[in-house]
Amino acid sequence: MRITGTMINYYFICQRKLWCFTHHLNFEEGHQNVELGKLIDEASYSREKKQIMIDGTINVDFIQDWKVVHEVKKSRAMEESAEWQVKYYLYFMRERGIEVEKGILDYPKIRKRKEIFLTQKDGNKLKEILDEIKNIAHLEKAPTTINSKICKKCAYYEYCYC
Amino acid sequence: MESYFLFSSGELRRKDNVVRMTALDGRFKVLKIEVMRDLYLFGKASMNTDCLNYLAQSKIPVHFFNHYGFYTGTFYPKEANVSGNLLIRQVEHYTDFEKRLNIAQEFIQGACYNILKNLKYYRQRGKELDKAINEIQALEKMISRTVTIEELMGIEGNIHRVYYGTWTTIINQEVDFEKRVKRPPDNVVNTLISFLNSLVYTTCLSEIYVSQLNPTISYLHSAGERRFSLSLDIAEIFKPLLTDRIIFSLLNRKVITEKDFSKDSNYFYLKDKGKRKVLEMYNSTLDETVRHKDLKRNVSYRKMMRLECYKLIKHLLGEREYQALRKWW
Repeated sequence: MRITGTMINYYFICQRKLWCFTHHLNFEEGHQNVELGKLIDEASYSREKKQIMIDGTINVDFIQDWKVVHEVKKSRAMEESAEWQVKYYLYFMRERGIEVEKGILDYPKIRKRKEIFLTQKDGNKLKEILDEIKNIAHLEKAPTTINSKICKKCAYYEYCYC
Repeated sequence: MESYFLFSSGELRRKDNVVRMTALDGRFKVLKIEVMRDLYLFGKASMNTDCLNYLAQSKIPVHFFNHYGFYTGTFYPKEANVSGNLLIRQVEHYTDFEKRLNIAQEFIQGACYNILKNLKYYRQRGKELDKAINEIQALEKMISRTVTIEELMGIEGNIHRVYYGTWTTIINQEVDFEKRVKRPPDNVVNTLISFLNSLVYTTCLSEIYVSQLNPTISYLHSAGERRFSLSLDIAEIFKPLLTDRIIFSLLNRKVITEKDFSKDSNYFYLKDKGKRKVLEMYNSTLDETVRHKDLKRNVSYRKMMRLECYKLIKHLLGEREYQALRKWW
């Protein structure tokens, strides 16, 4: 099973969303925040070559000199999950012999960025996470809703709570 | 997001990143693709593949109607998001007869509940409808006891026969409406039913398109036969809430009268002006919202169609048993 950056991200946000996503139930289409995210992504860093697919699995926003991996986000609301997403990119590329130095989370809307490094410990944790993601994807039924306040803004809200 | 309804005749073309409708007199209208949900063509439009490709790329279904206002078909862009897993479950619930009947019965239960809701509303307003209500309630009890789809369809037919029998009582205008006649509709009411039902059908189809369900696999209607039959299934629940209510209101308020129709050899069809009035009412009804008790949000009729798709998906994935929409407000 190919594990994408989005899956790592969702793993930290909501495992139900992760399950839906691994079953190709994508309800993001037309959702306001998602569309806004797409626009921000398209409109920023126009000089760079963007959306680089690596090994048919991860889709990196852009890379500087094959050294620094960038991930563009709309806001810092989900920073922990975004960090792990970038760490996974670093991990994935190093596994395949690309010696990337670090990652950067870019927030063009608020003109902020954050550097991300991958430690040995992070690498071990990622290995565990990858196994857990596989387990979740193989569950017969979707995990239950998390009833969190973040649900209200989620593109899956109507699906989960109707 | 908006539905665009085009009545004028002319040429539909892609112009840079918009679609432009140029009328015969050279005047044009710009259709913004970003806010377009779907496109309805009622006039005589010509278009090229460039335009269709662009609409498809933007995932916009185009619904075509002929000169008489009859639904011709839909240009349904190829599915962008396909869930193989969901498709398998959809098929499983079709081929397993018990499972199929189960879902089909629920569609009829929902439709019947909403029909009764309409009748009770008019009873409360002083119409003599007790007899029909009792008859339909008796038929309602038989729905869950049916063992074949044909039998279920038979009961649905009987419910509709009793229901349509009450329409001359409900409608204040003098109308000649004995029974439902399709192809071709032979009077004002039948023409309105045909036109509005096709609108409900297309709206459901547009919502199914974004829901990831496969529109050709249906449960009440036979799957894949002629049309996107899942749309017919879901439309069943919404027809009493949209088609029927709109007809009562258009005729009782005399918004539409016999003058809005033309009679051509032996059938009635709506003139453009009439179609516009119906569409206006249809569109504003779709946007009406009610408070949803679980979502704690206001939802429109259109959104309710989407929610039906979601509930069906949950049923297919074994998460929660499907309960068709029953008007709760």
